[in-house]
Amino acid sequence: MPDETPRIPAQRDLATLEAGLDALETARSTRAEPLRRLLRILLPPLLAAAALLGLWNLLVLARIKPGWVLPGPGDVYDALVADWTRYGIGDALLGSISRAVIGFGASVLLGTLIGLAAAGSRTLRSAVAPLLSGLQNLPSVAWVPIAIMWFGITPATIYTVMLLGAVPSVVIGLIDGIDQVPPIYRKVGGNLGARGLVLVRRVLLPAALPAYVSGLKQGWAFSWRSLMAAELIAVSPTLGPGIGQTLELARENQDMALAFATVLLILGLGVLVNVLGFAPVERGLRHRRGLERA
Amino acid sequence: MTTSDFLEHAAAATLDPARPPAVRLSGVCKTFGGADAVPVLDEIDLQVAAGELLCVLGASGCGKSTLLNLIAGLDRPSAGQISVDGGHAALMFQESALFPWLTAAGNVELALRLRKVAKAERREQARRLLSLVRLDGAADKRVHELSGGMRQRVAMARALAQNSAVLLMDEPFAALDAITRDVLHEELVSLWEGNAREGRPLAIVFVTHNVREAVRLGQRVVLLSSRPGRVAREWSVDLPQPRRIEDAAVAGLAAEITGELRREISRHA
Repeated sequence: MPDETPRIPAQRDLATLEAGLDALETARSTRAEPLRRLLRILLPPLLAAAALLGLWNLLVLARIKPGWVLPGPGDVYDALVADWTRYGIGDALLGSISRAVIGFGASVLLGTLIGLAAAGSRTLRSAVAPLLSGLQNLPSVAWVPIAIMWFGITPATIYTVMLLGAVPSVVIGLIDGIDQVPPIYRKVGGNLGARGLVLVRRVLLPAALPAYVSGLKQGWAFSWRSLMAAELIAVSPTLGPGIGQTLELARENQDMALAFATVLLILGLGVLVNVLGFAPVERGLRHRRGLERA
Repeated sequence: MTTSDFLEHAAAATLDPARPPAVRLSGVCKTFGGADAVPVLDEIDLQVAAGELLCVLGASGCGKSTLLNLIAGLDRPSAGQISVDGGHAALMFQESALFPWLTAAGNVELALRLRKVAKAERREQARRLLSLVRLDGAADKRVHELSGGMRQRVAMARALAQNSAVLLMDEPFAALDAITRDVLHEELVSLWEGNAREGRPLAIVFVTHNVREAVRLGQRVVLLSSRPGRVAREWSVDLPQPRRIEDAAVAGLAAEITGELRREISRHA
């Protein structure tokens, strides 16, 4: 019955007028086609990396330093291929990655729980925020000696350092996100009937999502750094292989090419997680909410 | 305002006097801060009949928004009583305040979900509400893809989804250009009349500082004084809808009200 609205001429006029206004005022989608977008995203950083590689090669060719101090890209590649099986670099990589997954996963879980607990109360948020940013400013390497004294050279040491490094970023991201929710969203949510946990779930968390993802991204960077720091310092055969230990091995053997190769691997993995993991998520979020940079 | 005034008005607006008022404020005061602070609202007595379209006018600082917040239950009066038919009023603002992580339909569906409408019905109802504001094609659009006028129409659909007998509007069209505002006036009146036809009268309290807009829309216009906010005067607008903002009769009454508003503001010099 409600659909039987009489279509009097005035109504039809209004409909046409509105359709015209809507057509004139609607922003057209500015998202480029997938291939061009991929090129626009990938090309600049690839070019920059190539330029850096060229510069490095140039410095090596200029022979300002002997090869054992500054190996060339070719030497590093050769070292990587030759030492891959000899030093078990593949296993070391896998070992570090699995620690990274566990440590970062635990940080996200713990950080999110703490952040959520603080989400309901502004007082609690303002109480923990300075503490957390202080903790965030403390290099997590500083925890390594304490963790070793507590747990010895065990996985617990490594995970402790990772958690202390990454959890603050995750919590801060979530808390910042919730603090920055425009007051009118709470007002509207309340008027629509969302209270307590429903308000958190349906309004506050979705509104805080971009800041939360930024927090996760930073948390990942901190956990990867903390992991490498811990692996470099806490070296023991009982701990299993890790890429940080490979780097320490290169130092013991005075193997500059291997050291370079390892650093590049560590760098590459961090970049890969950002490019394949966080960047698309952030771009998607920005796109859906119309926050893309011009 | 006395009861007899109210009934007289209700009869003029061809409303059903048997229905309880949509909103009733009696002796409502609101003071922010200390005891010696000037009250923002002072002894407000106001009734909004079921299905009435009431416009509230006033200069800045007259407590128009405070009044709406009180009716919406976002704030509590310092004194006096407020009752709202059905216990709940939907609310719209100058900004659409749509949630940018949801589509147009998603925003409307959220209002339905929070009213515990079953999932299967939500889609259908949201589609119907969007079609009421002529946004059938925009259901899957994100908020940033919509123009200002379209956003306010989605916000209207979301407000209607709350199924309240009262809709509070806080300068909802103030940020729109004149052409869009004109179209939305028409849209609002047509929605309001549609609700009345379907036997679900919707009372609207429309707050604005735009005198012509108030006369264009309202069956009754209430002028609030500033500091403290009191009902200074009210006019019954006995002009038939559809009106247009450029109608001579609208302009004539608007001129009279503007004169009163200016006198009201001059008192503060």
